[in-house]
Amino acid sequence: MTTLIETRGLEAFYGDAQALFGIDFRLSEGELLAIIGANGAGKSTFLKSLTGLVKVEPGMVRWRGAAIGGRAPGAIVRLGLALVPEGRRLFPSLSVEENLLMGAFAERPGPWSLERLYALFPILAQKRNLPGTSLSGGQQQMVAIGRALMSNPKVLLCDELSLGLAPIVIKEIYDAMPAIVGEGMSVVIVEQDIGLAQRVSQRVVCLQEGRVSLEGRSGELTREQIAAAYFGLEETH
Amino acid sequence: MNAISPSTTMPSAVPHVPSAGEPIVLRGTLLSQVTLGVAVVLVGVAASLPFWGESSWMREFVEIACYFIFASMWNLLAGYGGMVSIGQQAFFGIGGYAMLALGNFGGINPFVAIPIAALGAGLIAVPVSQVAFRLSGGYFAIGSWVIAEVFRLGIANVSAVGGGSGTSLTALRGIDKATRESTTYWVALACVVACVALVYLFLRSKQGLALLAIRDNEVAAESQGIAVKKMKLAVYVVAATGAGLAGALYFVGNLRISPDAAFSVNWTAFAIFMVVVGGIGRIEGPIIGALVFWALNKFFSDYGTWYLLGLGLLAIVVTLFFRQGLAGFVQQRWGWVAFPTQRTLKG
Amino acid sequence: MIDTLLQGLLLGGLYCLFALGQSLMFGVMRLTNTAQGDFIVLGAFAAIASAGLVAWHPALTGLALLPIAFAFGYALQRYVLNGTLGRDPLPSLVVTFGLAIVIQNGLQQLFSADPRSLATGALATESLSVGPLTAGVLPLVIFGAAVACTFALQWLFGHTRIGRAFRAVSDDREIAELMGLDARKVYALATGIAFVTIAIAGVLQAMRTTVAPSDGPLLLLFAFEAVIIGGMGSFWGTFCGAMLLGVTQQIGFRIDPGWGIWIGHIVFLIVLVVRPQGLFPKTRG
Repeated sequence: MTTLIETRGLEAFYGDAQALFGIDFRLSEGELLAIIGANGAGKSTFLKSLTGLVKVEPGMVRWRGAAIGGRAPGAIVRLGLALVPEGRRLFPSLSVEENLLMGAFAERPGPWSLERLYALFPILAQKRNLPGTSLSGGQQQMVAIGRALMSNPKVLLCDELSLGLAPIVIKEIYDAMPAIVGEGMSVVIVEQDIGLAQRVSQRVVCLQEGRVSLEGRSGELTREQIAAAYFGLEETH
Repeated sequence: MNAISPSTTMPSAVPHVPSAGEPIVLRGTLLSQVTLGVAVVLVGVAASLPFWGESSWMREFVEIACYFIFASMWNLLAGYGGMVSIGQQAFFGIGGYAMLALGNFGGINPFVAIPIAALGAGLIAVPVSQVAFRLSGGYFAIGSWVIAEVFRLGIANVSAVGGGSGTSLTALRGIDKATRESTTYWVALACVVACVALVYLFLRSKQGLALLAIRDNEVAAESQGIAVKKMKLAVYVVAATGAGLAGALYFVGNLRISPDAAFSVNWTAFAIFMVVVGGIGRIEGPIIGALVFWALNKFFSDYGTWYLLGLGLLAIVVTLFFRQGLAGFVQQRWGWVAFPTQRTLKG
Repeated sequence: MIDTLLQGLLLGGLYCLFALGQSLMFGVMRLTNTAQGDFIVLGAFAAIASAGLVAWHPALTGLALLPIAFAFGYALQRYVLNGTLGRDPLPSLVVTFGLAIVIQNGLQQLFSADPRSLATGALATESLSVGPLTAGVLPLVIFGAAVACTFALQWLFGHTRIGRAFRAVSDDREIAELMGLDARKVYALATGIAFVTIAIAGVLQAMRTTVAPSDGPLLLLFAFEAVIIGGMGSFWGTFCGAMLLGVTQQIGFRIDPGWGIWIGHIVFLIVLVVRPQGLFPKTRG
C-alpha cells in the first residue's frame, strides 16, 4: 500500500511555544485513521501542520515522499489534501451552494460534484441558497465536509466533526463515511470521543502533550491502554 | 505590579536591594538616567536662550515645539491608544480659536488663555468622541477628518472671528516685541517639557500599563477588568487637550489665525510623518521625528512640492521597511531605549 | 423642489462612482484607501494629458485608460499595499496617505496648481427635457454609468467565481487559502477592478467640471460618506448612500451656496450617530 503522508520528528510552534515534540506518523492509501487526545494534546495543530496552516520545516511532512512542510495551503490542497476545519468555519457571506462551490476552487478532477453531494446529504439541496451559517450545527458540518470533498482530495482530514453536535446528528454524519471512503480516499478523523473514534476507524493514534503516546489497530487496543495513553498515566508502552 | 516583558539588551542600574533568589524589577537603565541628566542640562541651556540668542531661533523653536506637541499627542492616540486619527487638527484649531476668543473678546491675557483653551478643546472632545467612536480602524481615521472639516467650514462662516479669511490676535498689541517673543518662547519650552514629562509619567503608571494592554489585545484587557471604553475616552480627551495646547500656543506665536491654517490636515500629515519616521508607540519617536522633520524642513523646504513629495515617499518607505521607525531600529540594533516604559525582570 | 431632488440624484451618481472603489477595497480586504480621491484626480489628469496628445473623443480616451488603470491598481496592491495588510490599520493608512501626498504634489509639479478640464464639446452643454424637468445630458450619462457600475459590481460579487472568491477571502482568509485561493492575487484583482471604477470616475469628473491637483481630499470625504451612509458590505447600499449625500448637498446649495458641503457632512454625522451601521448594511455571520 502506498504511503501518502509521512511525518518524521514533526515539531510545530506557536510563536515561542512548542506544541508538537517530534511526531512520527504514516498514512497509507485507503486508510481510515483516528487521532485522539485530550484538549491541547496537539491534534488540531498536527492537522494544521499537514495542511500548511501552521508553518513547519519542509522535510518534516512528506506527501508521496516529497517534502511539503510549510508550503502554502493552496498548494497543498492542489496535491490532494483537504481539511474540514475545527468549528466548521463556513463562509458567512456565501450560501450553502456557494460554500460548496468554493471547495472546488482548486478545480481538481474527480468524482465529487454538487449533484453527488446533494445525493449524500439531501438536506443541503433543500437549503442550497440559504446563508451557510444559518443552518444547524450538524448541517453546517455536512457543508464543511462537502466543501472539502469538492476539491476531490486523496486524503480528507476531519478536525473534531462531532464537536457540539447531538449524538443522532453525529451518527448521521459518520454513517456517510463509507460512501466517502469507498472511493479509495484516505480519511483521518480527529476526535475527543474515544469510543466513537475506535468504532469508526481502522487504526488509532493517541496524542498526549504534543507526542504520540499510543498507536495501534482500533480493535486491538483495550480501554485501559487508551485511557492511560490519553491522560498520560504511567502504564503506557 | 510586575509586568514581565522580554528583556531587550539593556545594561542595568541597581536601584533595589535584592535578597537572594528574588527577582528584581528594573525601571531605569543607565542610558535612561544619562538621558535624564542630558535633558536637564539642555532645558537649562534652552531656558537661557532669550538672553543670548536671536529672535528667529526663538520663533523657530516655538513653531517646532507646536509640531512636536501635536505629534506627541497623535502618537499617544495612535501608538498607545490604538486610534489612528486624521482629524486631530480639529482640536488644534479649536485651541487656537478659543485662545483668540478669550484674548480678543474676553480680555484674558493670551498666555493665560493657552491652558484654558487647551482645556476647552479637551471638553469639546467629549461629545465629539460620541460621534467619532461609532467608527473604528481606517474609517475612524477618515470620520475624524470629516469632523475636522465640519469645524473648519463652520468657523469659516463665523464673521466675528473673520470668517474664511481669519483675523489677528489683537490682545497682545500692548506688549513690546522682545518681551512677547521671550515669553512665548518660555511658554513653549515649558509646554514641551511638560508634554514629555507627563506622557512619560503616564505611560509608566498603572493607567499606562492598562493602555498598553488594551493596545495589544482589547478583548483580553477587558476580561482583566480594565475599563476599555473609559481608557479610550480618556486618551482621546488627553490627546485633544494636548492638540488644543499646541494650537493655542502656535497662534500666540503666529498672531494671525485663519480656518484653513488652523484646521489644515497638514498638521496631522506632518505629525504622522514625524511619528512614523521617529517610531510609533515610543516616547522617543516624536522627539526623533521632530528633529528629523526640522532638519529636512530647514534644508529642503525651498524645494516646495518636491520637498513634500519627498516627505510622502519617505513615510511610505519607512512604513513598508522600517515599521518601528528610527527609534525602533536603534532599539533592535543596539538595544538603546532612552525613555523605557517597560519593566524588565532580572534574576 | 423636484428640480433640486433631480439635480441631487444626478450628483449622487457621480458620488457613487467616487465611492464604489472604496467600498470594494474595504469590503474585500478591510483596506481604507485614503488616497481614493487623489487617484480619481490622477485618473482625471491622465485623461486630460492624453487628450492633449491624441485627438480622440474624451470617451475613447477614458476607455483606453481603463486597462491601464486596472494594471496600475493590480500592481499597486500586489507589490505595495499587500505588505500593509493586517490587524493594525496604521500601515495601510500611512502608506495610502503618503501616496495621496505624493500624487497631489506630483500633479502640481507636472500640471501646476491650476484647475483643468477635459473638453467634451457639445456633451457638456446639452440637456434633455421631460415635462417640467430638465437635466443635462452629461449628468444623465454619469448617473447611467453609476447605475451600470453598481449593477456590474453587484453581479460580479453575487454570480461569478471570482466574486465568490472575493467574499470568501474577506470572510476568512485562512480557510479561503485552504480552498486553493492565493489571497495576494485575489486582493490585487480587487484593487485592479476598484481602479477601473476610479478611472471612470476621474474621466467623468474631468468632463463635468474642472479638476485641480488638490481636489483629492474632498472627493475622498464624499466617497467615504456615501459608503458609510449607505452601509458597508453592499454596492447598492453605497449607491443609495451616494444618492442621499447628493440630494442633501443639493438642498444645502439651494439654501446657500456656501453651506452645501457642510450640510452634507452634518447629515453624514447624524446618520453615524443615529444609525451607525448605515441604511442598508449587510450583516456578516
